[in-house]
Amino acid sequence: MTKSLRLRAAVVSLLLFGGFIAAWHLATRGSGEVAKMSPEYAALMGATATQGKSAMPGPFDVGAKLWEHIKHPFYDNGPNDKGLGIQLGYSIARVMIGYLLAVAVAIPLGFLIGMSPLMNKALDPFIQVLKPISPLAWMPLALYTIKDSSLSAVFVIFICSVWPMLLNTAFGVASVRKEWINVARTLEVGTVRRAFTVILPAAAPTILTGMRISIGIAWLVIVAAEMLVGGTGIGYFVWNEWNNLSIVNVIIAILMIGLVGMLLDQVLARFTRMVTFPE
Amino acid sequence: MSTFDNPFDPNRRLHTAGCSCGRHATEAEHAAEQASLQLAVTQGEDKRFEGVVASAVMRAMFPQDASRRAFLKSVGAATALAAVSQFFPLQTATEVFAAGGPLEKTDLKVGFIPITCATPIIMAHPMGFYSKYGLNVEVIKTAGWAVIRDKTLNKEYDAAHMLSPMPLAITMGVGSNPIPYTMPAVENINGQAITLAMKHKDRRNPKDWKGFKFAVPFDYSMHNYLLRYYLAEHGIDPDVDVQIRAVPPPEMVANLRADNIDGYLAPDPMNQRAVYDGVGFIHILTKEIWEGHPCCAFAASKEFVTTMPNTYGALLKSIIEATAYAHKPENRKEIAQAIAPANYLNQPAIVLEQILTGTYADGLGNVVKQPNRIDFDPFPWQSFAVWIMTQMKRWGQIKGDVDYKSIAEQVYLATDTARLMKEAGLTPPEKTTRSFSVMGKSFDGSNPEEYLASFKIKKAS
Repeated sequence: MTKSLRLRAAVVSLLLFGGFIAAWHLATRGSGEVAKMSPEYAALMGATATQGKSAMPGPFDVGAKLWEHIKHPFYDNGPNDKGLGIQLGYSIARVMIGYLLAVAVAIPLGFLIGMSPLMNKALDPFIQVLKPISPLAWMPLALYTIKDSSLSAVFVIFICSVWPMLLNTAFGVASVRKEWINVARTLEVGTVRRAFTVILPAAAPTILTGMRISIGIAWLVIVAAEMLVGGTGIGYFVWNEWNNLSIVNVIIAILMIGLVGMLLDQVLARFTRMVTFPE
Repeated sequence: MSTFDNPFDPNRRLHTAGCSCGRHATEAEHAAEQASLQLAVTQGEDKRFEGVVASAVMRAMFPQDASRRAFLKSVGAATALAAVSQFFPLQTATEVFAAGGPLEKTDLKVGFIPITCATPIIMAHPMGFYSKYGLNVEVIKTAGWAVIRDKTLNKEYDAAHMLSPMPLAITMGVGSNPIPYTMPAVENINGQAITLAMKHKDRRNPKDWKGFKFAVPFDYSMHNYLLRYYLAEHGIDPDVDVQIRAVPPPEMVANLRADNIDGYLAPDPMNQRAVYDGVGFIHILTKEIWEGHPCCAFAASKEFVTTMPNTYGALLKSIIEATAYAHKPENRKEIAQAIAPANYLNQPAIVLEQILTGTYADGLGNVVKQPNRIDFDPFPWQSFAVWIMTQMKRWGQIKGDVDYKSIAEQVYLATDTARLMKEAGLTPPEKTTRSFSVMGKSFDGSNPEEYLASFKIKKAS
């Protein structure tokens, strides 16, 4: 039964995809010559003006271009023209550095806040004010003080990844069942050991949920940050192709951003499943 | 009028206003003569430096064109050259300018915005002008004017492509912290256009443009000032009757297509791109507003200029040489091919070719020939700076008393020759201004306040 459901779902997905592609193709194909032009003049004009081709590229244009990118993902023609693979690599590396820094800060701090009601109350106002700030709002300030665009991008990733992890860790730690803590106390387990053997395993699923939210946000933000500072990365790629008004490449970049985002999320989802235990 | 002209030719005018020269019946005739002159002056690079240095000296000695002509006509070019050499060591100055000392730094980063105004900065890379002077320059595409400003202030870039009003604005601290900035060379002259949406093809009179929405790339740009000037001359108050917004160039084309704006005054390739894509037409080229106006610039912080004089000299020389190369019409096609790839402008080569060669489709079905649609001339006339400041004040960007002359001198390093001459113990040329006219109104920089007061439409009180 489940097998046939999966099969049927796959068929419906494929049909939807096919329908989408067909509609896209029909909507964007050219309508033939649109205006009378001298050949000399027509030679100076683009396909939109001469063939009536839509300014939106069709699915086959995108497919052909995508194949070109996939064939040579790692070419390097100088500082402003690198393969899609290299661009994605830069973005992922930046996200990872900022994200791991955030993990290193948010989880210990979250533990502290979760375990100590005093710190919880004391730090709360700061967290409440800092949390809702859009990561990109930090960008000018970061550029101005750090004076390095690549580090600024990493800082922005850091600052946007910290909050969900911090809050989730604190929440997870604070809501560990009182019985378990009491059992540990009865057995005279020390604070550090209690944190690692009782609280951490119990709070792990919540912490990982926070980490999963964070990586999603970090991946959203890196594209915008790279568009702003330029240089390298998938965000820069989108900006560069937008300058060229090459919508084909913009669509390809959007597709790639979606795929990588999904992969990052899946990796963390798998971790979450590994540490979750049935009660 | 060009820095690369032969100053010892009595028929040349070094201080012209209006059209690129004004002595010819047709533009083609003018171009032909200029091409032959270029050849004569710029054979070999020693000759070219000699030309740059000699131009500066001749300008200094004869601020009035009439007296220079009279002098040359009476004694002849050869005698004049000998006479000038006697009390000014042209040979030495040229050598100092050409040779320079050991480079303090060879790996440089220069930022640029992907528009055709950056042509000399960009082409110097693929065409080897930087490497010729022992420099390993990376030209880096940058996301916007504010970013390029911040990255040069952060010293991520050693020098950068900027809009010619930007070094003035940065130095005065308008729109950023005040930091002493310099502009040793203009990148391009002319090269912009007013592009309108196709639906306005029958509304060509600016008097009918009330309620239009326009876009310009940056508040502190020639684009903004030229558009405002043009509108005001036609009785449209740019602050009241129309809307002018700062929009990044690629978004201008998209907005024009989406019918969000009625037109823009923008750098190329965006004007030609709108035509190429069939969404707009070129209303006028900005050279029709002010023939020979500066647009973009090569800028560096004062700190870079003073701490690394030799590197700066070598960089400036490669830029000046690239500019001279770009000035020649016969090289333009080759340049278009060199700067079209994704690493540089990332545009269809045919679009760039139309802009650089000046044979272009106007969007209304005509093929237009305007060989100096865009031109390249590095001399940073200080009267340009003064004009820009009058417009900044006119539209309320700067207020109160402005020390036009001293800011212009501080920022627009009117040829680096002046510095090199000082090093040789000589007095640099006094005259670094020239008069020009903008839409028939002449300006010489000597009385900016009076000029400013003469406008009927303005914001400044």
